Amino acid sequence: MAAATRFKTLKDMPTGDYFSPGNTLCAGCGGILAARIFHKVLGPNVAWVNAAGCMTVTMSYPLSPLKSNWLYTAFASAPAGAQGVRDALDVLIAKGRLPKSEDLKVVVVTGDGAAYDIGLQATAGAIDRHLDFFYLCYDNEAYGNTGFQVSSSTPFGSSTKTTPATPIFPIGNLSRKKDLFEVWRSMRAPYVATLANSHGLDFLRKVEKGTGITGPKMYIALAACPTGWGFDSRDSIELEKLAVQTGIWPLKESVDGVVRHTFVPRTLTPVSEYLKTQGRFSHLFEPEEKTEAIATIQESVNAYWREAGAREGFEVKVPAAPARGSPSN
Amino acid sequence: MKGKLLTGNVAAAAGAMLARVDYVPAYPITPQTEIIETIADWVREGKMESRFVQLESEHSMMTAAGAASLAGARVFTATSSQGMLYTIEMLYNVSGWRAPMLLANVSRGVAAPIVLEPDHNDVLAARDSGFLQFHSETCQEVTDLVLLAYRVAEDKRVMLPAIVNLDGFYLSFTREPVVLPEQKDVDRFLPPYEPVGPMRASAPVSRGSSVFEGFLYSYFRYNQHAAALKAKEVFNEAAREFEGLFGRSYGPVEGYMLDDADYVIVMSNSFTGLGRQAVRRMRERGVKAGLLKLLLVRPFPSEEVAALLRGRKVVGVFDQNLAPGSGGIFYPEIAGALYNTRGRPNAILPVIGALGGKQTTAKEMDAIFEEMVAVDRGKAPSPMFLMRKDEMSRVKKMVSVAEGKS
Repeated sequence: MAAATRFKTLKDMPTGDYFSPGNTLCAGCGGILAARIFHKVLGPNVAWVNAAGCMTVTMSYPLSPLKSNWLYTAFASAPAGAQGVRDALDVLIAKGRLPKSEDLKVVVVTGDGAAYDIGLQATAGAIDRHLDFFYLCYDNEAYGNTGFQVSSSTPFGSSTKTTPATPIFPIGNLSRKKDLFEVWRSMRAPYVATLANSHGLDFLRKVEKGTGITGPKMYIALAACPTGWGFDSRDSIELEKLAVQTGIWPLKESVDGVVRHTFVPRTLTPVSEYLKTQGRFSHLFEPEEKTEAIATIQESVNAYWREAGAREGFEVKVPAAPARGSPSN
Repeated sequence: MKGKLLTGNVAAAAGAMLARVDYVPAYPITPQTEIIETIADWVREGKMESRFVQLESEHSMMTAAGAASLAGARVFTATSSQGMLYTIEMLYNVSGWRAPMLLANVSRGVAAPIVLEPDHNDVLAARDSGFLQFHSETCQEVTDLVLLAYRVAEDKRVMLPAIVNLDGFYLSFTREPVVLPEQKDVDRFLPPYEPVGPMRASAPVSRGSSVFEGFLYSYFRYNQHAAALKAKEVFNEAAREFEGLFGRSYGPVEGYMLDDADYVIVMSNSFTGLGRQAVRRMRERGVKAGLLKLLLVRPFPSEEVAALLRGRKVVGVFDQNLAPGSGGIFYPEIAGALYNTRGRPNAILPVIGALGGKQTTAKEMDAIFEEMVAVDRGKAPSPMFLMRKDEMSRVKKMVSVAEGKS
């Protein structure tokens, strides 16, 4: 049974905004939208602690689009910065040198490069220490701020600037996306959730749920990236929706290690519907269709949902993977 | 006044306790561990009202330290050697944040090869980071410099983090008498830390913002430099007050038997004691020897160095560090301090010694002064690299074992 929530419909999304309009990020950026929604739920008293990434350049002296606190740390150690802020506030409040009313919710915000790669050690430390903080990873599946190089979040088949699709490497990136949700869950973070901007109510409720939990509250938000992924910026939300409907981006949460899918797409849309909307996957369709690669992606999504359904007791109708070996027409 | 016998490490921890630090993020490394173990004990026994947290790396430790300092806590931490190198990125950040926390560095040579005993390549790797640097010769200085460093770092005219350096083994594990100041006097000397623009619900701030214009970046960097330079005057003020309260006197540099000295050796940290002994031996032999100790390394006390070395015949710079392909690190700093001054010494003799804590004998120290005299008589001041014949023959034996020859 779901806990009581103040979010019954999307109309319950708080109208107050803590990010001013007109920041320096790209039009259609899923990352800043996720941060904006996140902030709406947490309210005004927040200290964001950031690692190098797209969000970093929004705070460009002397301007800030933010109405709350901000600290940029370094690429590898934003969770340690959160530790310092949290501990300082706690110790000053405990010693009576700071009124409780000055307390802040401490939120790490990083892209996938920091979360999946260079900052994973610092995140592990913060989780081990049961640090009371939120972690919002806006995941655009590559190093976007530096021009879209591969990260361990980049999915199989994506072309990036450092895994370009070429005649001798026709598939682009050959590694599978790291399962950061499971990595964080295995470290015993009390709450881990995935988010998509297209599923706002699910998003709001998960952040709300985190506010009632002490310790590390870890979120991975799909962050559609028009410039890196290669699509029209007006389609960001549609694209995230498609990522959820194809089953590529599962919406789920883990409470004390118990995983539950919060949205089950009963009939999965074929992955090719999602892939073909984006420049980063265009080599999978042109000049000829790479059916092997598309089949690999479809089979991996199908296997995921079969296993999840078996574990949680739901059924998902999965599309057939394209026949391997011959280009379809 | 008689002191308690304390190791340099406990003297550092005692300084932190007397400074009433709020927060100690830590990460262990030999030979620093006794500092953080001692503080952890005191916190858990309720003797020290601080929060102690062990992090998962020095990089994270310094990130937490700087962030907590920005949020309004007085922060102390400690590292050594590889730990210092591992967190270099954060030293530049914390200094750029103008977060006046304190880092005790227990000097130890850096790998490769791995070594445990001291030289100063670790702390001098932080030379350009914007941290103030205070280097201690004795365990008493360790405690005193912790208190002085907070006072200077947190001064509104400075607002920069600081390093207090103590040599591994020679100070860290050596017991010396240390007079611990009374808490009430320390409280008079060191008022509570007042952060500038801390993160607060009622008054949000952005810290560590990006700066994309070179002129703006230059402005902030010049500002940091000006604050670091100002720290010398602030240190002198604080040292006068410290002397009034505690009776011990400190300055950016310290001269030893300098009055009529012709041959002056420049040293820092615990090996300075060997230099003092050498000066006394030389004086007995009729050589007008003297010593200049660097206590303040950042800001570099150029004026004091120039004033005290003016008119000397030969200056020897004892560098307990090595910049391969260049030489010692202090040598060009001393030369730079002297070059544009009138009556500068006739020659500067570069000396590299005591790397990895290499035992340095009286004979070696004397040889430095003898070389200075030879330089005065016309010999070219070519760099000396201290290594004795008996040591070299041991090296040869070990090399032949390593090569499987014996």
